[in-house]
Amino acid sequence: MANYQFIDHKFDVVVVGAGGSGLRAALGCAQAGLKTACISKVFPTRSHTVAAQGGISASLGNMGEDDWRWHMYDTVKGSDWLGDQDAIEYLCRNAPAAVYELEHWGVPFSRTSEGKIYQRAFGGMTKNFGEAPIQRTCAAADRTGHAMLHTMYGQSLAHDTEFFIEYFALDLIMDEGVCRGVTAWKLDDGTLHRFQAQQVILATGGYGRAYFSATSAHTCTGDGGGMALRAGLPLQDMEFVQFHPTGIYGAGCLITEGARGEGGYLTNSEGERFMERYAPSVKDLAPRDMVSRAMTIEIREGRGVGPKKDHIFLHLDHLDPKMLAERLPGISESAKIFAGVDVTKEPIPVLPTVHYNMGGIPTNFYSEVVTRLGDDPDKVVPGLMAVGEAACVSVHGANRLGSNSLIDLVVFGRSAALRCADTIKAGATQPELKPAMTDGHLARFDKFRNASGGTTTASLRLEMQKAMQEDAAVFRTTDSLASGVERLAAVHAKRPDLKVSDRGMIWNTDLLETLEFDNLVGQAITTVAGAFNRTESRGAHAHEDFPDRNDETWMKHTLTWFDDATGKVAIDYRPVHSYTLTNDIAYIPPKARVY
Amino acid sequence: MVQLALPKNSRVQKGKHHAAPASATKVKTFKIYRYDPEGTENPRWDTYDVDLEACGPMVLDVLIHIKNDIDPTLAFRRSCREGVCGSCAMNIGGRNTLACTHGHAEVPGKDCQISPLPHMPVIKDLIPDMSMFYAQYASIEPWLHTTTPEPQTEWRQSPEDREKLDGLYECILCACCSTSCPSYWWNGDKYLGPAALLHAYRWLIDSRDEATGDRLDELEDPFKLYRCHTIMNCAQVCPKGLNPAKAIGEIKKMLVDRVV
Repeated sequence: MANYQFIDHKFDVVVVGAGGSGLRAALGCAQAGLKTACISKVFPTRSHTVAAQGGISASLGNMGEDDWRWHMYDTVKGSDWLGDQDAIEYLCRNAPAAVYELEHWGVPFSRTSEGKIYQRAFGGMTKNFGEAPIQRTCAAADRTGHAMLHTMYGQSLAHDTEFFIEYFALDLIMDEGVCRGVTAWKLDDGTLHRFQAQQVILATGGYGRAYFSATSAHTCTGDGGGMALRAGLPLQDMEFVQFHPTGIYGAGCLITEGARGEGGYLTNSEGERFMERYAPSVKDLAPRDMVSRAMTIEIREGRGVGPKKDHIFLHLDHLDPKMLAERLPGISESAKIFAGVDVTKEPIPVLPTVHYNMGGIPTNFYSEVVTRLGDDPDKVVPGLMAVGEAACVSVHGANRLGSNSLIDLVVFGRSAALRCADTIKAGATQPELKPAMTDGHLARFDKFRNASGGTTTASLRLEMQKAMQEDAAVFRTTDSLASGVERLAAVHAKRPDLKVSDRGMIWNTDLLETLEFDNLVGQAITTVAGAFNRTESRGAHAHEDFPDRNDETWMKHTLTWFDDATGKVAIDYRPVHSYTLTNDIAYIPPKARVY
Repeated sequence: MVQLALPKNSRVQKGKHHAAPASATKVKTFKIYRYDPEGTENPRWDTYDVDLEACGPMVLDVLIHIKNDIDPTLAFRRSCREGVCGSCAMNIGGRNTLACTHGHAEVPGKDCQISPLPHMPVIKDLIPDMSMFYAQYASIEPWLHTTTPEPQTEWRQSPEDREKLDGLYECILCACCSTSCPSYWWNGDKYLGPAALLHAYRWLIDSRDEATGDRLDELEDPFKLYRCHTIMNCAQVCPKGLNPAKAIGEIKKMLVDRVV
């Protein structure tokens, strides 16, 4: 093995990832006087938060009466009761303050005639505990994520966060179950770095690229989840993968749910607004899992549109072009570029497309990573936190509501920072790092750098993505999931035969993609293993051999551990929290989920 | 007589040729700038005969096809693939743009030449060093400055005042504009360039911001702002259809207005 040398850094807190949650956490830690580093494999404004369109949910009540309890009820129901209600209460009651904070930082929200933040309707968001749709989603046209991310990056420039940009995190430095830091590879000069910290916060996003077609960016490779698995930690609820109903047919680019929030609707080949049959009260504004299933059924039953009858139309052509230009300019542009469609005249061809991972690194509402240890299902992993899509706190349970992701980022990014401020002493002495803690990191890095088998990373990645796309789709069956388990085992078995052609250290994107693929593959395997294991249907996990929700057996979170060497998955569970945070609201007991 | 010497690495040599598979039916040649910072050779132009039937419609699809199936060593930045993250800005067919939203059919001719954003230090292949560009962006203090105590809820802003931010806040910091500007090529160390100035105006014109005077003071400088000579390349190439030159013009007007 080559003689690799680390360059050492010591911080109070190291945040890995500079999307919405990472920036919010880093900002909060810096404001609290903690020496904070934020490392990111991309320049912060290129993180995937930038692609969020429709908005950020909070019960501001700018468009009519609203209440955080209504928001909480919707989120619980949207989660198909798999969400932890203490965390959901924390999210919803802190949401308005989080949005005002963003506004005070300068986010260019769209405005009402009174000059307040404009809010639009979104799927599953209702008033008075499910009565009728409500306008709760705060929007900056259809570029809310972009507006937020740029504003937050600007704000972090005003504070003392030290950025390490285009550093790719390799592995967590673990010391007898305690996280002591993270190792990283600096792309522009090829050096390796050891970041020591009292607390590491993983804000690395989702792993959408485990699938062939996803709205997710190429960089959404779940690097934090991969690092957690290699550190021997479990991931939670990985079987719950959200398909967004309206990815552009072919390209997979996102068309916001806000398009339906502003009056758009879906039609099948008969021109029928079919959502009226599936969700009579909220119609096209049903939650994403239900709309994606309805679209899939329409296509299966022969009512898809296009020459192959394999997609659905999203209509905006009945809406006022002036409104489209003002509220939905971004998706109008995307539809033009990627589907050749003028939205004022023609419908957009759309298809359910992988969009979001409800599962991730399990945490409590302080954003501390937890695991199950014997009888303790909430054992905190010292030194490690996770936020954003990388985490599973779990506020989204089995299905996330649209616009609950952006609010999750800032509320739990903030909670992580507050917890750091409470538990960490700035500049406290840290134990010495030993080479044994990082030898494995270097061995893995070197192994892939010199991989000289016969299978290119791109071809093996494609094999994984095709298996996920076909076998862990909107609808799953025992057979499809068994096939998925088998096909991914085959992918894992071929990993030693990988071939990397570039041996360099500077911007070696062949190696970078290989390390990312390695992060993805463990998460793909735990996803199908969890899905195969869960013999019920709940939220985004629609199992055709077990079409009903089974609260008696399955009202619990799946935990999956991954043995990197053998590819074997171990499964255990954590109970869903059947309590709220305060007495301001009682536990919302499960009932049938109809809209 | 003055002797001019080209700096190291500026002479680009002929590189490798990758022929299309025999089965290819619709072939286009992509001539791509390659530079290996760890080798000893000068940069080179590699040519790839690409079967367009084997890849999607955008130039980024072509690059990914090359990386996946022809030459995994090719290095370029990319992320969102839908024109919002700004990672894949490069010079395609002589024009700065985003590879992800630029169709290969839009590039005229049989061949298509792809190089990094012009006049930036190249780290490797199509990856330029953007540090200076980012530092210039940071220098305009791209955050809301207020002195009035914050309200309990949002700062009020009328829809009309909010509309003034349209055409500005959408910037994705891809640097297509700045790196297409001859003035920026020449004085890139002192002239802020169109992207940073567009952002400067975005905060100047925000009705919530209370540091207009300070911001203008910072810009009143022979280089930072006044090196814009309205060449307009910035507006011509912006992949988001924004007009930095107009924003710069507005800043100049604000500076004049406060004197008269």
